[in-house]
Amino acid sequence: MSQKRHSRIAAKPQARAPVFAALGDKTRLMLVAKLCSGQPYSISQLAGDSRLTRQAITKHLRVLERVGMVRSVRSGRRSLFEFNPKPVEEIKEYLNFVSAQWDQALARLKAFVEE
Amino acid sequence: MNNQIEKRIELKAPVARVWRALTDYREFGEWFRVKLDGPFVPGQVSRGHITYPGYEHIKWEAVVQKMEPARLFSFTWHPYSVDPKIDYSQETPTLVEFALEKTASGTLLLLTESGFDKIPAARRLEALRMNDGGWTEQMKNIESHVAKTS
Repeated sequence: MSQKRHSRIAAKPQARAPVFAALGDKTRLMLVAKLCSGQPYSISQLAGDSRLTRQAITKHLRVLERVGMVRSVRSGRRSLFEFNPKPVEEIKEYLNFVSAQWDQALARLKAFVEE
Repeated sequence: MNNQIEKRIELKAPVARVWRALTDYREFGEWFRVKLDGPFVPGQVSRGHITYPGYEHIKWEAVVQKMEPARLFSFTWHPYSVDPKIDYSQETPTLVEFALEKTASGTLLLLTESGFDKIPAARRLEALRMNDGGWTEQMKNIESHVAKTS
């Protein structure tokens, strides 16, 4: 167990937020897909030709902001939103870890039933 | 974003053999490396402890869901709940399903683990921390052991 890693994680409150749950919504996935391009977007750009209202977009952006996946940046008088890849990377890391454990367990099962 | 883990593995053994390895609690314990207290019964809690050297203090606990002979075995659990100080029972477990299909050469095993969206992020990171410790070394040992014996 690495103490250094522990303190790094402990010092980051948004890491405790339910990132998966935030992604469990079609509209939010759509927003993340757009924001993934790397540039900041305004709310009206994000609404685009979808039927969503600005209020609906704002509500979903707040959810993503709470889990640290999105942050707002100012550009003059406008408020823009940009993507923060960190929480998603942490999820991937976790799933990769559990996935690797299964690879090992299934390899043992294979050896066990084929012997 | 993919919220579940899926594995497919071809086993050169009959479905009945694989079914036994999955659902007989002693056989399951052999390859999963866990010592279970008793047989798997649908709807009941399965208890035991991990048998990796150095990890014997870690408890195994799962709730058996379905046992459809030669077809489907499933349980819910808290994956890699390794910190004895944390009460994992308050968290929503993930669902592990083993589905079997007969093939020309033996058995196709499909493993799915789903429900990760309900796990608190702090816990996911806990499991990652564990990965920094001796577990990784253990895994390497087992890998080389399997490579030698298979």
